[in-house]
Parts: sequence; C-alpha cells; structure tokens
Amino acid sequence: MSKKSSAIADDRNASVAPKTGYAAAPVNASLSIDQKIELYRLMVRIRRFEERSLRAYQAKKIGGFLHLYIGQEAVAVGCCSLMGKNDHVITAYRDHGHAIAVGMELNPLMAELYGKVTGCSKGKGGSMHFFDPARNYWGGHGIVGGQVPLGAGLAYGLKFKGLKGACMTFMGDGAVNQGAVHESYNLAALWDLPVIFVIENNGYSMGTSQARSSAGDLARRAEAYGMSWGVCEGHDLYEVRAFMAKHLEEARNNCKPSVVEIRTYRYRGHSVADPDNTYRAKSEIEEYRRTKDPIQVFQAKLLEEKVLDLALVEKIDVEARAESDLSADFAEASPFPTADDLQKDVYWEADNPSERKSGGRLFFN
Amino acid sequence: MPVLQYREAIRQALAEELTRDPNVVVLGEEVGQFHGAYKVTEGLLAKFGPKRIVDTPISEAGFIGMGIGASMLGVRPVIELMFWSFYSVAFDQILNNAANVRYMSGGQINCPIVIRGPANGGTNVGATHSHTPENVLANHPGIKVVVPATPYDAKGLLKSAIRDNDPVMFLENTMLYGDKGEVPEDDYLVPLGKAEVKREGTELTIVSYGRAMILSLAVANTLQQEHNRSVEVVDLRSIRPLDMDTVLASVRKTHRVLIVEEQKPFCGVGAQLAYMIQSEAFDELDAPIARLSTIDSPSIYSPPVEVAQLPNTERILKAALEALA
Ligand SMILES: Cc1ncc(C[n+]2csc(CCOP(=O)(O)OP(=O)(O)O)c2C)c(N)n1
Ligand SMILES: [Mg+2]
Repeated sequence: MSKKSSAIADDRNASVAPKTGYAAAPVNASLSIDQKIELYRLMVRIRRFEERSLRAYQAKKIGGFLHLYIGQEAVAVGCCSLMGKNDHVITAYRDHGHAIAVGMELNPLMAELYGKVTGCSKGKGGSMHFFDPARNYWGGHGIVGGQVPLGAGLAYGLKFKGLKGACMTFMGDGAVNQGAVHESYNLAALWDLPVIFVIENNGYSMGTSQARSSAGDLARRAEAYGMSWGVCEGHDLYEVRAFMAKHLEEARNNCKPSVVEIRTYRYRGHSVADPDNTYRAKSEIEEYRRTKDPIQVFQAKLLEEKVLDLALVEKIDVEARAESDLSADFAEASPFPTADDLQKDVYWEADNPSERKSGGRLFFN
Repeated sequence: MPVLQYREAIRQALAEELTRDPNVVVLGEEVGQFHGAYKVTEGLLAKFGPKRIVDTPISEAGFIGMGIGASMLGVRPVIELMFWSFYSVAFDQILNNAANVRYMSGGQINCPIVIRGPANGGTNVGATHSHTPENVLANHPGIKVVVPATPYDAKGLLKSAIRDNDPVMFLENTMLYGDKGEVPEDDYLVPLGKAEVKREGTELTIVSYGRAMILSLAVANTLQQEHNRSVEVVDLRSIRPLDMDTVLASVRKTHRVLIVEEQKPFCGVGAQLAYMIQSEAFDELDAPIARLSTIDSPSIYSPPVEVAQLPNTERILKAALEALA
C-alpha cells in the first residue's frame, strides 16, 4: 500500500520544511516526504483496521475481548518508527496499533481476531496476543504489567549479547501499580539495561481514572530508582518522535534506562464490552477528538507542509479502508485451526520430533 | 568413579554447561558472592565472572520474568530460586509467560530457561518454606518438571534441562544436598522423561521420585531383609514428560502398586499416576493402587511432628506391608 500519487511526486519541491517546534527536531526534519506520508498512512491504517475489526466484532465474527487503540495511534507509530535493527517492542493487550506500526500485515492480524489458522499466532493468541518476533515484536500480553519484566529481559539479552539496541516496553497507566513493574524498574536501573518503560497514559484503567488509582506522577517514580524520566503529549507524532529519540539514544548508546509517560486518550470503551457510560463524560471524548485527534493533527501539519494534499488524504483513506475490508475477507475465507492443532506449539520438542531428546509423555489425553 | 555430593553434582553440571555454551547464565539471589544459600553455586563466580553468575535482588517475578524475556533472544538463563516455595510471587511469570508464550505466538517463540532450587519439607522451616509444587507446575502444558533424587541423576538431568529448548522446572531437595554418590566426570546426560528402575523386585512396585524415592529404596531393603518380600522401586525422575512405559512395565511384573510422594494428596502427582495406571493396566492389578502422601495440612514446624507428616520410612513400610497383604 505504498503507491504514491504523481500529484505528490510533483509537489515534492514545493513542500515546506518546518523550522520550529517538534517538526524541526532533527529526527523529524530528516524525514523525507515519502517517510512522512508513510507515517501518516500507518496511523490511518491502524484506525481503519480497528474500525473494521469493531464491525466484525459486532457481527459476532470475533470472540472475547477487543481493546481498541483508536485515539492513541501517534504513540505506537511515533515510537516504533524510530526502531533500528536491534530495537525491540513489547506491550500489553491493547496491541493492534503496535503490531501494525512495526510493519505487520493486516491480513494475519484480522485473521487472528477471527481465530483463524492464518492468523499471526495461528488463531492461538487472539486480540490480546499478537506476536511477530521477526519484526522484533514480542507481544501482546494479557496480564496487566506481566510483560514488563520480559521487556527488561529483552534489554538484558541485548546487553548480554553486546548488541546496540533498546527495548521499548509499553504499559498502561493502570499497570504502573503492579509489583512486577517496580521490580523491573529496579533491575533495569541497577544493571543499566537498555530499556525504555513507556507508560501510555490514556487517563483510565478500565473505568478507573488515573486520579483514582495512582498516587503521584506516574513517570516520576523513576526518580526513586535513579532513572531519568519524562513526559510528553501523545497526540502529536512529531513530539512523540522527538521525545522518544532522545530516550532511545540514551538507552542504545549509554545503556541508560528511563521511564516515560506519553499522554494520550482512548475514544472507545476499555474493550468493546465496556458500555463506557459510567466513568467519563461524552464531552470529554468529543473535546479530545476535536482538538487532539492524532491523525487530524498530523494531517493538518502535513497539509501545511504541503506533504499531503486533500486528494492524497482521500486516497490514503480509501486505500486503508479497502485494505481493512480485504483483511476481513481474507479472515472470513480462512479456515479455523482444528482440534489437531491444540497440542501443537506447546513444546518446542513436540514440534521438532526429529530433534527430541526426552522420552515419556508430554500430553495427558 | 568420583564420589560427589548431590550439590556438587549440580554445581558440576552448571560449570560444564557454562563452559560449553556462552549463552548460559546463572541468575539468582546469593548465587555469586555468597556462594549460594545452599552452596550449590560455590566457586562459580570466581571461575566464570559476574557476567555469567549474576546476583539478583529479591525480586522473583522481576528476575524470572527478565530471564524469560532474555531467553526469547537466545540467552539461556538458569535461574535459582533460594526455595521453590518462593515461586508463588513469580507464578504469573512462570505460568502465563514461560508456559504460554510459545503457544500464544503460534510457535514463533521458545523459552529455553531452567528454574532450579530446593522444594521439600523436613527441615523445620514451616509452611511458607516447605512447598512441593511439582504437581502445580506440571499442570501447565508448556512446562517441563524434573525432580532428581541422586547425585548422578541431578547432574545428568540438569545438563539435559539446560540444553532443552522448553522451560524446565528443576526441583532439588535440601535434605539431599549432602548425599553422596558416584558421578562420572564426563559429559553424560540423563534424558528428561525417562524413569529408572532403581531396584528390581517382583511382588510390589513402589513408584516414587525425589527424596521419597530414596526413603522407599531403604524400605524396600528392609522388606527384603526382614520380611523376605521383593519390592521394585521405580524412580520417575521427570514428572513432565512422564515415562509411563517404565511404570506400566513394572506394574505388569508385580501386579501391585504403591505410589509414594512428598506431596499433599489433593490433585497431587500420585493422583494422576493412579488414574493412568488403572486406566492403562487395570487387568494387571491384583489389588487397588495404594498411595502414600504427605499428611494433608500446611507443613508443620514442630520438628518431630513434621517427620510424621512426611512420607517417612515407618509410614512407607506400613503402607508397603498393607499393599503386599
Ligand atoms: C493482573 C491483571 N489484573 C486485572 C486485569 C483486568 N484488566 C485488564 S485491562 C485492565 C485495565 C488496565 O489499564 P491500563 O494499564 O491503563 O491500560 P489500558 O487498558 O488503558 O491500555 C484491567 C483491570 C488483567 N488483565 N490483569
Ligand atoms: Mg490506561
């Protein structure tokens, strides 16, 4: 989906590079026009994919939970767009945005939601458990805060192997109150692990506002561990990139971990099962959407920079919708796993019988 | 052949695997400078240095989870739990991450970690420090569980566990750390999932593992010498994978079974075994399957009563005589 219109190709010379603000930060100023378009396109693809998945859910094609990322797209896209070869990502169950941002295709993602064997986890993980280790994407984890020690471990692995990279370990504002998160902070600071703990603060953990769940500033807790920390607004892709670039450099170059809070907002309920009428006012959602929608904000900037024009905006949108529809068709047409697949992918040894060294039974029925 | 303590056999396995594979790293509380709470890792820090022998803070969820994450990138952490009893604070990491990550990723990830440490009663450390979670761990597909009883098995099984590409839970026993036995110096392996007949006999099969198996062997000798009864002792060694073939072959030979486990009875390893034996060798049985477990209460502190709570030789002898009757 990276075809560009010739109209834009012609516009290249006419584009105006911003000289001030986050857009002028080196990491953004160095972006080519094509790269900016692709970042915009990624956010639109995430949004359209999730809207399509919501419709599939309502049509009862998808089971279980569906935690939509709508409203938060600039966080995943901003952060993941900075990834180098040895940078890694791990997150919680609100994981569709990160998956698309690291470059996963929509087909296997939608198929995973449908529980199909063509899904990224062969239908064994579901919405909360997307994985793509080949793209340094380590999930997709359903236990609040449970992925955070793993993120520290990925950073440990990088350091152990002498690789210059960092692990961005995402969590929600509710996750910061889990013990495992604090254990991970301590280990990361104690051992100088190249990890950035990224708190995506969307204001709520299910129906509990930040004010009702957390004492003090979320990222400031890093101070207790002697780690650096920072806060940034998550609706402006340029800001996210400018901010995260510094933390990534510190992690990659100096093995310095940090805790960052990126302020964002989710438009939908906690999951699609949340009627979303008990803990926040509709006006709050409308206000954010009107003033801070990450796609609208970036679109406005790129229009101003003459990177985008309205025709291209429309084209990207149409293409993203079409791609999402096609992913639903793909998912629909794909087969379910069978009962024979239940006991595959449990043990490496069982999946590699020619290399099996152990005897005895691994399964008990 | 050199005679080593059980703890020395484990140490030798660690040292050999650390030497063989540069990705192996030993992590845990007090494993380095302190030489290990039970001196299992004594001397390893001096030999392998702090990159390979890592002292951790008291953060079981943190460092076990970290080990799991590192293993996804090809590090092979061997993580010591000072006591297996402390697995409870890291249980989420073990059962949700180590056990499930391969499955939930559709087979894209594997988790080659070993978690090892002692899991036993009998040392008067009370209920919080005397858990025997092999049944709980083995209940989670994706996890392997090993319980060595002898120095020879401890070394050979640990080396296999470290080379295994799945997460292996390795349950030792503080009461056995000082036990001595012959341990070859060479690079032998004891495969997971292979039980061993530790003593041949004809009239009764005792199926056991860990220290309960050692006690069962002593009882089998007593039965031979003082009662002229011939008892076969099968040491499971691995709980998952489980070598039922060896168990069933013995049942077909003796037609009577006593399961002895240092486990609380409810949903213990013995319950699973008894179910499988009756379902696969019902016609071979001349008597109901007998089972001796730890007496079903939290582990008591009071030293003499703790002895009575566990499957001691007296209780095993009584149960064996009943099973032979
Ligand atoms: C250990 C644990 N406790 C509770 C839950 C149920 N739960 C799922 S998401 C959630 C809220 C988490 O909110 P936050 O960390 O802010 O992430 P967000 O959903 O906003 O992305 C809760 C309570 C869980 N999955 N895991
Ligand atoms: Mg939240």
